[in-house]
Amino acid sequence: MRARVYVTLKPSVFDPQGRVVADALVTMGYQDVQDVRQGKFFEVEIAATDAATAKTRVTEMADKLLANPVIESYRVEVLP
Amino acid sequence: MKFAVVVFPGSNSDYDAFYAASSVLGEDAALVWHKDTDLQGADVVILPGGFAHGDYLRTGAIARFSPIMASVQAFADRGGPVLGICNGFQVLLEAGMLPGAMVRNDRIKFVSRLVPVRVEQTDTPFTVACTSQQVLYMPVAHGEGNYYADPETLAALEANRQVVFRYADAAGEVSPASNINGSLNNIAGICNRQRNVVGLMPHPERATEAQLGSADGRVILASAVKALASLSR
Repeated sequence: MRARVYVTLKPSVFDPQGRVVADALVTMGYQDVQDVRQGKFFEVEIAATDAATAKTRVTEMADKLLANPVIESYRVEVLP
Repeated sequence: MKFAVVVFPGSNSDYDAFYAASSVLGEDAALVWHKDTDLQGADVVILPGGFAHGDYLRTGAIARFSPIMASVQAFADRGGPVLGICNGFQVLLEAGMLPGAMVRNDRIKFVSRLVPVRVEQTDTPFTVACTSQQVLYMPVAHGEGNYYADPETLAALEANRQVVFRYADAAGEVSPASNINGSLNNIAGICNRQRNVVGLMPHPERATEAQLGSADGRVILASAVKALASLSR
């Protein structure tokens, strides 16, 4: 099965990279850009027989390695 | 006494630390590969600077799972002094041996220069030979040294006197202007509650001889020698 993990900085953590990207977009002429937050995206192939098991396992992986819970939040979705 | 310097794939200040401990201080020192589990009877462990495992995923995120880290954790749990320098500090944060995390420097700059750092606490094994509020000139070289902790953690760090170093100016004044990377409360280094594990972004091992531009970092490593000497007495 395939799971997707989205990792983003918590709202309380300043994202210098996102700010620079936002500034670049405004410079390019996208004056309507208000903010950009940069994150990470993972696709995990996992040998699991059901979606619930896959979600539990991948959530554990996100918590232990893919994200740093001190500064980041994550969301896990298992593809049908 | 003996220093062990852990070598991760991508470490680049490992030999600087080895040289500072052995040639400058004249102590025993060993380079220990990250896949080993034996700290070779060391009295002090240094996690050096560099880009362990390429800094892939996050700085220090992969290195914390290196086999040697279980031994380093056990060594620290027994009260052994552990110093994380730059990338080594990031590894200690990822390993949960120190609280908080690093994010990218504000203004997106990789900062590489000699900076003044104020010593806040002298009751750790790596500052016991310093004087309180002493200003040390040490080089920094990092893109991700912007220290972050949630408000509760930050308050606890301050209340427990765990902030060991702050970015300051030449006079020792700590202000937003002397904050080189956006770190909360100008934090350049912290220790754990037990005070035996210390992490800092500046590089004391690269500032141990006048020819290098500063010999101020020497006192950090000399502190460990002093701390252990007083323990064995």
